[in-house]
Amino acid sequence: SQGKMARDMSDIDILKMELEQLKKEVSTPREPVSKTSKDIMDWCEAASGTDLLITGVPDDKNPYKPEKGGCIIT
Amino acid sequence: MRFSINPEMATQEVQPNETLTNLKAESDTLKTKLEDERAKLHDVELHQVAEKVDGLGQFIMKTRRTLKGHGNKVLCMDWCKDKRRIVSSSQDGKVIVWDAFTTNKEHAVTMPCTWVMACAYAPSGCAVACGGLDNKCSVYPLSLDKNENLAAKKKSVAMHTNYLSACSFTNSDMQILTSSGDGTCALWDVESGQLLQSFHGHAADVLCLDLAPSETGNTFVSGGCDKKANVWDMRSGQCIQSFETHESDINSVRYYPSGDAFASGSDDATCRLYDLRADREVAIYSKESIIFGASSVDFSLSGRLLFGGYNDYTINVWDVLKGTRVSILFGHENRVSTLRLSPDGTAFCSGSWDHTLRVRDRGYHLEPVTSATVCLILVSSSSCLSLMPVPSPFYFIRTASFITFGP
Repeated sequence: SQGKMARDMSDIDILKMELEQLKKEVSTPREPVSKTSKDIMDWCEAASGTDLLITGVPDDKNPYKPEKGGCIIT
Repeated sequence: MRFSINPEMATQEVQPNETLTNLKAESDTLKTKLEDERAKLHDVELHQVAEKVDGLGQFIMKTRRTLKGHGNKVLCMDWCKDKRRIVSSSQDGKVIVWDAFTTNKEHAVTMPCTWVMACAYAPSGCAVACGGLDNKCSVYPLSLDKNENLAAKKKSVAMHTNYLSACSFTNSDMQILTSSGDGTCALWDVESGQLLQSFHGHAADVLCLDLAPSETGNTFVSGGCDKKANVWDMRSGQCIQSFETHESDINSVRYYPSGDAFASGSDDATCRLYDLRADREVAIYSKESIIFGASSVDFSLSGRLLFGGYNDYTINVWDVLKGTRVSILFGHENRVSTLRLSPDGTAFCSGSWDHTLRVRDRGYHLEPVTSATVCLILVSSSSCLSLMPVPSPFYFIRTASFITFGP
Protein backbone atom coordinates (compact mmCIF):
# COMPACT_ATOMS: atom_id res chain seq x y z
CA SER A 1 0.00 0.00 0.00
CA GLN A 2 1.28 3.46 -0.78
CA GLY A 3 0.36 5.56 2.21
CA LYS A 4 2.09 8.83 2.91
CA MET A 5 4.50 9.37 5.78
CA ALA A 6 3.05 11.31 8.71
CA ARG A 7 5.52 14.13 8.22
CA ASP A 8 4.38 14.64 4.60
CA MET A 9 0.74 14.88 5.53
CA SER A 10 -1.17 18.02 6.39
CA ASP A 11 -3.05 18.26 9.68
CA ILE A 12 -6.31 17.59 7.83
CA ASP A 13 -4.94 14.44 6.21
CA ILE A 14 -3.72 13.18 9.55
CA LEU A 15 -7.14 13.83 11.11
CA LYS A 16 -8.88 12.02 8.24
CA MET A 17 -6.56 9.05 8.72
CA GLU A 18 -7.30 8.97 12.45
CA LEU A 19 -11.03 9.24 11.80
CA GLU A 20 -10.95 6.25 9.39
CA GLN A 21 -9.14 4.26 12.03
CA LEU A 22 -11.54 5.24 14.84
CA LYS A 23 -14.57 4.19 12.76
CA LYS A 24 -13.05 0.72 12.38
CA GLU A 25 -12.10 0.43 16.01
CA VAL A 26 -15.48 1.36 17.45
CA SER A 27 -16.84 -1.92 16.08
CA THR A 28 -13.88 -4.11 17.18
CA PRO A 29 -15.14 -7.23 18.97
CA ARG A 30 -14.15 -7.16 22.65
CA GLU A 31 -14.70 -9.25 25.78
CA PRO A 32 -15.24 -8.25 29.39
CA VAL A 33 -12.15 -7.63 31.53
CA SER A 34 -13.41 -10.09 34.16
CA LYS A 35 -13.01 -12.88 31.63
CA THR A 36 -9.85 -11.77 29.86
CA SER A 37 -8.00 -10.88 33.09
CA LYS A 38 -8.78 -14.28 34.49
CA ASP A 39 -7.33 -15.87 31.34
CA ILE A 40 -4.15 -13.78 31.67
CA MET A 41 -3.84 -14.77 35.31
CA ASP A 42 -4.50 -18.46 34.64
CA TRP A 43 -1.89 -18.56 31.87
CA CYS A 44 0.61 -16.89 34.17
CA GLU A 45 0.01 -19.28 37.05
CA ALA A 46 0.24 -22.30 34.78
CA ALA A 47 3.63 -21.09 33.49
CA SER A 48 5.04 -19.98 36.84
CA GLY A 49 6.79 -23.28 37.58
CA THR A 50 9.00 -22.82 34.53
CA ASP A 51 9.79 -19.16 35.18
CA LEU A 52 13.36 -19.37 36.42
CA LEU A 53 13.45 -15.77 37.54
CA ILE A 54 10.69 -16.63 40.01
CA THR A 55 11.83 -20.07 41.09
CA GLY A 56 15.53 -19.33 40.95
CA VAL A 57 18.17 -21.65 39.50
CA PRO A 58 20.39 -23.98 41.58
CA ASP A 59 24.04 -22.97 41.31
CA ASP A 60 25.00 -26.21 39.58
CA LYS A 61 22.56 -25.46 36.77
CA ASN A 62 23.32 -21.78 36.50
CA PRO A 63 25.67 -20.85 33.64
CA TYR A 64 26.39 -17.60 35.43
CA LYS A 65 27.08 -19.29 38.76
CA PRO A 66 28.99 -17.02 41.05
CA GLU A 67 32.56 -17.68 42.17
CA LYS A 68 32.82 -19.17 45.60
CA GLY A 69 33.35 -16.90 48.52
CA GLY A 70 32.07 -13.40 48.93
CA CYS A 71 29.27 -11.87 47.03
CA ILE A 72 28.73 -8.99 44.72
CA ILE A 73 26.60 -6.24 46.13
CA THR A 74 24.92 -4.38 43.37
CA MET B 1 13.82 10.84 23.23
CA ARG B 2 13.35 11.85 19.65
CA PHE B 3 15.33 13.49 16.93
CA SER B 4 12.60 14.77 14.63
CA ILE B 5 11.49 18.28 14.13
CA ASN B 6 7.70 18.56 14.08
CA PRO B 7 6.33 18.38 10.53
CA GLU B 8 6.46 21.84 9.05
CA MET B 9 3.17 23.47 8.43
CA ALA B 10 3.44 23.73 4.68
CA THR B 11 1.69 26.68 3.21
CA GLN B 12 -1.33 25.17 1.58
CA GLU B 13 -4.40 26.43 -0.15
CA VAL B 14 -6.74 27.99 2.40
CA GLN B 15 -8.63 25.23 4.19
CA PRO B 16 -11.80 26.52 5.78
CA ASN B 17 -11.18 26.36 9.55
CA GLU B 18 -14.61 24.83 9.69
CA THR B 19 -13.51 21.59 8.02
CA LEU B 20 -10.63 21.13 10.43
CA THR B 21 -12.99 21.89 13.33
CA ASN B 22 -15.65 19.52 12.01
CA LEU B 23 -13.18 16.71 11.56
CA LYS B 24 -11.81 17.30 15.04
CA ALA B 25 -15.31 17.27 16.50
CA GLU B 26 -16.19 14.06 14.68
CA SER B 27 -12.94 12.51 15.88
CA ASP B 28 -13.64 13.53 19.48
CA THR B 29 -17.16 12.08 19.27
CA LEU B 30 -15.82 8.78 17.99
CA LYS B 31 -13.09 8.71 20.64
CA THR B 32 -15.78 9.17 23.30
CA LYS B 33 -17.87 6.40 21.73
CA LEU B 34 -14.83 4.11 21.68
CA GLU B 35 -14.16 4.92 25.35
CA ASP B 36 -17.80 4.11 26.19
CA GLU B 37 -17.74 0.81 24.32
CA ARG B 38 -14.54 -0.16 26.09
CA ALA B 39 -15.84 1.03 29.47
CA LYS B 40 -18.94 -1.16 29.23
CA LEU B 41 -16.71 -4.21 29.48
CA HIS B 42 -14.47 -2.77 32.19
CA ASP B 43 -16.24 -4.66 34.93
CA VAL B 44 -13.25 -5.37 37.16
CA GLU B 45 -9.57 -4.49 37.64
CA LEU B 46 -6.80 -7.00 36.92
CA HIS B 47 -5.37 -6.66 40.43
CA GLN B 48 -8.79 -7.48 41.89
CA VAL B 49 -9.00 -10.66 39.85
CA ALA B 50 -5.49 -11.45 41.09
CA GLU B 51 -6.20 -10.93 44.79
CA LYS B 52 -6.16 -14.64 45.49
CA VAL B 53 -2.79 -15.14 43.82
CA ASP B 54 0.15 -15.64 46.19
CA GLY B 55 2.38 -12.64 46.62
CA LEU B 56 5.95 -12.88 45.36
CA GLY B 57 7.66 -12.14 48.65
CA GLN B 58 11.22 -10.98 48.88
CA PHE B 59 12.84 -10.54 45.53
CA ILE B 60 16.59 -10.25 45.05
CA MET B 61 18.47 -10.34 41.80
CA LYS B 62 22.19 -10.37 41.27
CA THR B 63 24.41 -8.99 38.56
CA ARG B 64 26.39 -11.94 37.25
CA ARG B 65 28.23 -10.30 34.36
CA THR B 66 29.15 -6.77 33.43
CA LEU B 67 30.03 -6.32 29.75
CA LYS B 68 32.50 -3.49 29.29
CA GLY B 69 33.88 -2.37 25.98
CA HIS B 70 31.61 0.18 24.42
CA GLY B 71 33.13 3.64 24.28
CA ASN B 72 29.84 5.44 24.62
CA LYS B 73 26.16 5.03 25.51
CA VAL B 74 24.69 1.59 24.90
CA LEU B 75 21.42 2.14 23.03
CA CYS B 76 20.12 -1.30 22.18
CA MET B 77 20.77 -4.99 22.72
CA ASP B 78 19.37 -8.36 21.70
CA TRP B 79 19.99 -11.99 22.66
CA CYS B 80 20.93 -14.77 20.31
CA LYS B 81 18.68 -17.85 20.41
CA ASP B 82 21.65 -19.79 21.81
CA LYS B 83 20.90 -17.97 25.13
CA ARG B 84 24.51 -17.00 25.44
CA ARG B 85 25.44 -14.45 22.82
CA ILE B 86 24.38 -10.84 22.89
CA VAL B 87 24.57 -8.09 20.28
CA SER B 88 24.68 -4.48 21.45
CA SER B 89 24.94 -1.12 19.70
CA SER B 90 26.16 2.23 20.83
CA GLN B 91 26.14 5.97 20.26
CA ASP B 92 29.72 5.82 18.99
CA GLY B 93 28.71 3.69 16.02
CA LYS B 94 30.03 0.37 17.32
CA VAL B 95 28.10 -2.87 17.25
CA ILE B 96 29.56 -5.64 19.43
CA VAL B 97 28.71 -9.33 19.71
CA TRP B 98 29.50 -10.76 23.15
CA ASP B 99 29.63 -14.15 24.76
CA ALA B 100 27.70 -13.37 27.94
CA PHE B 101 29.07 -16.40 29.81
CA THR B 102 32.72 -15.43 29.37
CA THR B 103 32.21 -11.67 28.68
CA ASN B 104 34.47 -12.04 25.63
CA LYS B 105 33.84 -9.88 22.60
CA GLU B 106 33.43 -12.11 19.59
CA HIS B 107 32.80 -9.56 16.86
CA ALA B 108 32.90 -5.81 16.50
CA VAL B 109 31.68 -3.66 13.63
CA THR B 110 32.00 0.08 13.20
CA MET B 111 28.97 1.55 11.50
CA PRO B 112 29.35 4.56 9.22
CA CYS B 113 26.97 6.53 11.46
CA THR B 114 26.72 7.40 15.13
CA TRP B 115 23.68 6.64 17.31
CA VAL B 116 23.07 3.05 16.33
CA MET B 117 19.68 2.94 17.99
CA ALA B 118 18.60 -0.48 16.86
CA CYS B 119 20.15 -3.91 16.67
CA ALA B 120 18.81 -7.44 16.45
CA TYR B 121 20.14 -10.99 16.27
CA ALA B 122 18.99 -13.21 13.42
CA PRO B 123 17.10 -16.35 14.52
CA SER B 124 19.82 -18.55 13.02
CA GLY B 125 22.49 -16.78 15.05
CA CYS B 126 24.44 -16.23 11.85
CA ALA B 127 23.81 -12.53 11.35
CA VAL B 128 22.95 -9.30 13.10
CA ALA B 129 20.95 -6.31 11.90
CA CYS B 130 21.49 -2.72 12.99
CA GLY B 131 20.86 0.89 12.09
CA GLY B 132 20.18 4.36 13.43
CA LEU B 133 20.95 7.84 12.17
CA ASP B 134 21.88 6.43 8.78
CA ASN B 135 18.11 5.83 8.24
CA LYS B 136 18.88 2.28 7.18
CA CYS B 137 18.79 -1.21 8.57
CA SER B 138 21.82 -3.25 7.50
CA VAL B 139 22.49 -6.94 7.96
CA TYR B 140 25.98 -8.24 8.77
CA PRO B 141 26.61 -11.98 8.38
CA LEU B 142 28.74 -13.16 11.32
CA SER B 143 31.86 -14.88 10.20
CA LEU B 144 33.53 -17.69 12.11
CA ASP B 145 36.83 -16.11 11.13
CA LYS B 146 37.35 -13.42 13.76
CA ASN B 147 39.78 -11.59 11.55
CA GLU B 148 37.38 -11.16 8.71
CA ASN B 149 36.18 -7.65 8.09
CA LEU B 150 32.45 -7.91 8.73
CA ALA B 151 31.77 -4.55 7.15
CA ALA B 152 32.77 -5.93 3.75
CA LYS B 153 29.81 -8.31 3.67
CA LYS B 154 27.26 -5.79 4.90
CA LYS B 155 23.90 -5.75 3.17
CA SER B 156 21.65 -2.68 3.23
CA VAL B 157 18.10 -3.88 3.63
CA ALA B 158 15.78 -1.12 4.81
CA MET B 159 15.65 2.51 3.73
CA HIS B 160 13.61 4.99 5.70
CA THR B 161 13.48 8.75 5.37
CA ASN B 162 14.43 9.30 8.99
CA TYR B 163 16.28 7.48 11.76
CA LEU B 164 15.81 3.77 12.40
CA SER B 165 14.46 3.36 15.92
CA ALA B 166 13.97 -0.42 16.13
CA CYS B 167 14.35 -3.56 14.08
CA SER B 168 13.49 -7.21 14.49
CA PHE B 169 13.83 -10.32 12.34
CA THR B 170 10.55 -12.17 11.92
CA ASN B 171 10.63 -15.92 12.55
CA SER B 172 13.37 -16.41 9.96
CA ASP B 173 16.51 -14.67 8.71
CA MET B 174 14.62 -13.72 5.57
CA GLN B 175 12.49 -10.82 6.74
CA ILE B 176 13.05 -7.79 8.93
CA LEU B 177 10.52 -5.48 10.51
CA THR B 178 11.62 -1.88 11.14
CA SER B 179 10.27 1.26 12.80
CA SER B 180 11.43 4.76 12.09
CA GLY B 181 11.43 8.44 13.01
CA ASP B 182 9.65 8.92 9.68
CA GLY B 183 6.42 7.72 11.37
CA THR B 184 6.17 4.35 9.65
CA CYS B 185 6.99 0.71 10.21
CA ALA B 186 7.98 -1.54 7.35
CA LEU B 187 8.56 -5.19 6.50
CA TRP B 188 11.52 -5.99 4.22
CA ASP B 189 12.89 -8.96 2.34
CA VAL B 190 16.49 -9.33 3.47
CA GLU B 191 17.84 -10.97 0.33
CA SER B 192 16.50 -8.44 -2.19
CA GLY B 193 16.00 -5.40 0.06
CA GLN B 194 12.48 -5.16 -1.26
CA LEU B 195 9.77 -3.43 0.75
CA LEU B 196 7.08 -6.06 1.36
CA GLN B 197 4.61 -4.02 3.41
CA SER B 198 4.49 -0.62 5.02
CA PHE B 199 2.46 0.41 8.04
CA HIS B 200 1.04 3.91 8.23
CA GLY B 201 -1.00 5.26 11.11
CA HIS B 202 1.30 6.86 13.63
CA ALA B 203 1.18 10.64 13.59
CA ALA B 204 4.80 11.06 14.70
CA ASP B 205 8.06 9.12 15.15
CA VAL B 206 7.67 5.40 15.84
CA LEU B 207 10.10 4.47 18.62
CA CYS B 208 9.62 0.75 19.21
CA LEU B 209 8.04 -2.45 18.02
CA ASP B 210 7.57 -6.06 19.11
CA LEU B 211 6.40 -9.11 17.18
CA ALA B 212 3.62 -11.26 18.60
CA PRO B 213 4.69 -14.71 19.83
CA SER B 214 4.54 -16.95 16.77
CA GLU B 215 1.61 -18.99 18.03
CA THR B 216 -0.66 -15.97 17.99
CA GLY B 217 -0.40 -15.16 14.34
CA ASN B 218 1.02 -12.43 12.21
CA THR B 219 0.73 -9.27 14.22
CA PHE B 220 3.07 -6.81 15.85
CA VAL B 221 2.73 -3.81 18.15
CA SER B 222 4.44 -0.43 17.77
CA GLY B 223 4.70 2.61 20.03
CA GLY B 224 5.44 6.21 19.16
CA CYS B 225 5.87 9.86 19.98
CA ASP B 226 2.15 10.31 19.28
CA LYS B 227 1.57 8.47 22.61
CA LYS B 228 -0.15 5.66 20.72
CA ALA B 229 0.44 1.95 20.74
CA ASN B 230 -0.81 0.34 17.53
CA VAL B 231 -1.36 -3.34 16.81
CA TRP B 232 -0.87 -4.24 13.13
CA ASP B 233 -1.80 -7.08 10.80
CA MET B 234 1.47 -7.89 9.04
CA ARG B 235 -0.11 -9.26 5.89
CA SER B 236 -2.63 -6.50 5.17
CA GLY B 237 -0.73 -3.57 6.64
CA GLN B 238 -3.86 -2.54 8.55
CA CYS B 239 -3.90 -1.21 12.08
CA ILE B 240 -6.20 -3.55 14.01
CA GLN B 241 -6.24 -1.87 17.40
CA SER B 242 -4.91 1.38 18.80
CA PHE B 243 -4.41 2.52 22.39
CA GLU B 244 -3.83 6.07 23.51
CA THR B 245 -3.66 6.29 27.30
CA HIS B 246 -0.04 7.25 27.86
CA GLU B 247 0.70 10.91 28.47
CA SER B 248 3.98 11.02 26.60
CA ASP B 249 6.20 9.16 24.11
CA ILE B 250 6.05 5.37 24.23
CA ASN B 251 9.66 4.18 24.26
CA SER B 252 9.15 0.44 24.47
CA VAL B 253 6.48 -2.19 23.82
CA ARG B 254 6.59 -5.90 24.58
CA TYR B 255 4.04 -8.69 24.19
CA TYR B 256 2.89 -10.63 27.21
CA PRO B 257 4.17 -14.20 26.60
CA SER B 258 0.69 -15.61 25.86
CA GLY B 259 0.21 -13.02 23.13
CA ASP B 260 -3.08 -11.77 24.63
CA ALA B 261 -1.67 -8.54 26.00
CA PHE B 262 1.32 -6.22 25.74
CA ALA B 263 3.19 -3.85 28.04
CA SER B 264 4.53 -0.40 27.27
CA GLY B 265 7.05 1.96 28.87
CA SER B 266 6.79 5.69 28.44
CA ASP B 267 8.36 9.06 29.13
CA ASP B 268 5.33 9.68 31.37
CA ALA B 269 7.16 7.50 33.98
CA THR B 270 4.60 4.70 33.81
CA CYS B 271 4.46 1.24 32.33
CA ARG B 272 1.05 -0.07 31.32
CA LEU B 273 -0.56 -3.35 30.38
CA TYR B 274 -3.03 -3.49 27.49
CA ASP B 275 -5.37 -6.45 27.17
CA LEU B 276 -5.95 -7.19 23.48
CA ARG B 277 -9.18 -9.14 23.86
CA ALA B 278 -10.77 -6.63 26.22
CA ASP B 279 -9.33 -3.94 23.95
CA ARG B 280 -8.22 -1.69 26.81
CA GLU B 281 -5.55 -0.76 29.29
CA VAL B 282 -5.92 -3.01 32.35
CA ALA B 283 -3.02 -1.99 34.58
CA ILE B 284 -0.73 0.96 35.25
CA TYR B 285 2.63 0.34 36.91
CA SER B 286 3.63 3.56 38.57
CA LYS B 287 4.57 5.21 41.83
CA GLU B 288 4.58 8.85 42.83
CA SER B 289 8.29 8.50 43.54
CA ILE B 290 9.03 7.39 39.99
CA ILE B 291 9.21 10.53 37.90
CA PHE B 292 11.67 9.61 35.17
CA GLY B 293 10.70 7.96 31.92
CA ALA B 294 10.71 4.23 31.35
CA SER B 295 12.89 3.47 28.35
CA SER B 296 12.56 -0.27 28.01
CA VAL B 297 10.36 -3.14 29.25
CA ASP B 298 10.29 -6.92 29.16
CA PHE B 299 8.41 -9.77 30.85
CA SER B 300 9.73 -12.83 32.63
CA LEU B 301 8.83 -16.19 31.04
CA SER B 302 5.49 -16.61 32.80
CA GLY B 303 4.59 -12.96 32.39
CA ARG B 304 4.36 -12.54 36.16
CA LEU B 305 7.23 -10.07 36.30
CA LEU B 306 7.65 -6.91 34.25
CA PHE B 307 11.13 -5.40 34.18
CA GLY B 308 11.30 -1.70 33.41
CA GLY B 309 14.52 0.19 32.73
CA TYR B 310 14.25 3.87 33.61
CA ASN B 311 16.03 7.15 32.95
CA ASP B 312 16.77 7.50 36.68
CA TYR B 313 19.36 4.69 36.26
CA THR B 314 17.22 2.04 37.99
CA ILE B 315 15.30 -1.05 36.96
CA ASN B 316 11.93 -1.49 38.62
CA VAL B 317 10.53 -4.99 38.80
CA TRP B 318 6.72 -5.12 38.84
CA ASP B 319 4.27 -7.83 39.82
CA VAL B 320 2.19 -7.78 36.64
CA LEU B 321 -0.93 -9.29 38.23
CA LYS B 322 -1.02 -7.36 41.48
CA GLY B 323 0.27 -4.08 40.09
CA THR B 324 2.88 -3.62 42.81
CA ARG B 325 6.63 -3.15 42.62
CA VAL B 326 8.56 -6.12 43.98
CA SER B 327 12.08 -4.84 43.61
CA ILE B 328 14.25 -1.94 42.52
CA LEU B 329 17.62 -2.77 41.00
CA PHE B 330 20.55 -0.40 41.20
CA GLY B 331 23.94 -0.60 39.58
CA HIS B 332 23.91 1.31 36.36
CA GLU B 333 25.51 4.73 36.56
CA ASN B 334 23.41 6.36 33.91
CA ARG B 335 20.11 5.83 32.12
CA VAL B 336 19.00 2.30 31.41
CA SER B 337 18.26 2.37 27.69
CA THR B 338 17.55 -1.25 26.77
CA LEU B 339 16.55 -4.45 28.51
CA ARG B 340 15.73 -8.01 27.38
CA LEU B 341 15.03 -11.36 28.91
CA SER B 342 17.30 -14.19 27.77
CA PRO B 343 15.60 -16.72 25.45
CA ASP B 344 15.36 -19.41 28.16
CA GLY B 345 14.23 -16.92 30.80
CA THR B 346 17.11 -17.58 33.20
CA ALA B 347 18.51 -14.08 33.12
CA PHE B 348 17.97 -10.64 31.72
CA CYS B 349 20.40 -8.15 30.25
CA SER B 350 20.24 -4.37 30.56
CA GLY B 351 22.22 -1.79 28.62
CA SER B 352 22.90 1.74 29.77
CA TRP B 353 24.24 5.15 28.87
CA ASP B 354 27.01 4.26 31.36
CA HIS B 355 28.57 2.29 28.44
CA THR B 356 28.00 -1.12 30.03
CA LEU B 357 25.63 -4.04 29.88
CA ARG B 358 24.69 -6.11 32.91
CA VAL B 359 23.37 -9.65 33.03
CA ARG B 360 21.32 -10.45 36.12
CA ASP B 361 19.55 -13.48 37.46
CA ARG B 362 17.84 -14.73 40.58
CA GLY B 363 20.18 -16.45 43.01
CA TYR B 364 18.93 -19.79 44.29
CA HIS B 365 20.10 -19.00 47.78
CA LEU B 366 20.43 -15.68 49.49
CA GLU B 367 24.14 -15.39 49.85
CA PRO B 368 25.71 -14.53 53.20
CA VAL B 369 27.66 -11.34 53.35
CA THR B 370 31.25 -12.41 53.91
CA SER B 371 33.29 -9.41 52.92
CA ALA B 372 33.38 -6.13 54.72
CA THR B 373 30.38 -4.13 53.74
CA VAL B 374 29.38 -0.56 53.93
CA CYS B 375 26.06 0.00 55.54
CA LEU B 376 24.35 3.08 54.28
CA ILE B 377 21.29 4.70 55.69
CA LEU B 378 19.92 7.34 53.41
CA VAL B 379 17.14 9.47 54.73
CA SER B 380 16.58 12.01 52.04
CA SER B 381 17.48 12.62 48.44
CA SER B 382 19.96 15.28 49.44
CA SER B 383 22.23 12.65 50.90
CA CYS B 384 21.90 10.31 47.93
CA LEU B 385 24.81 8.45 46.43
CA SER B 386 26.35 10.38 43.62
CA LEU B 387 24.92 10.00 40.13
CA MET B 388 21.53 8.82 41.28
CA PRO B 389 18.73 11.29 40.77
CA VAL B 390 16.32 9.29 42.90
CA PRO B 391 13.89 11.77 44.36
CA SER B 392 12.35 9.70 47.14
CA PRO B 393 13.84 8.44 50.35
CA PHE B 394 15.24 4.92 50.14
CA TYR B 395 17.29 2.76 52.46
CA PHE B 396 19.38 -0.36 52.84
CA ILE B 397 18.78 -2.65 55.76
CA ARG B 398 21.51 -5.05 56.69
CA THR B 399 20.29 -8.04 58.63
CA ALA B 400 22.34 -10.86 60.05
CA SER B 401 22.68 -12.72 56.81
CA PHE B 402 21.69 -10.64 53.81
CA ILE B 403 21.08 -7.18 52.51
CA THR B 404 17.69 -6.13 51.29
CA PHE B 405 16.80 -3.05 49.35
CA GLY B 406 13.67 -1.21 50.27
CA PRO B 407 11.82 1.20 48.07
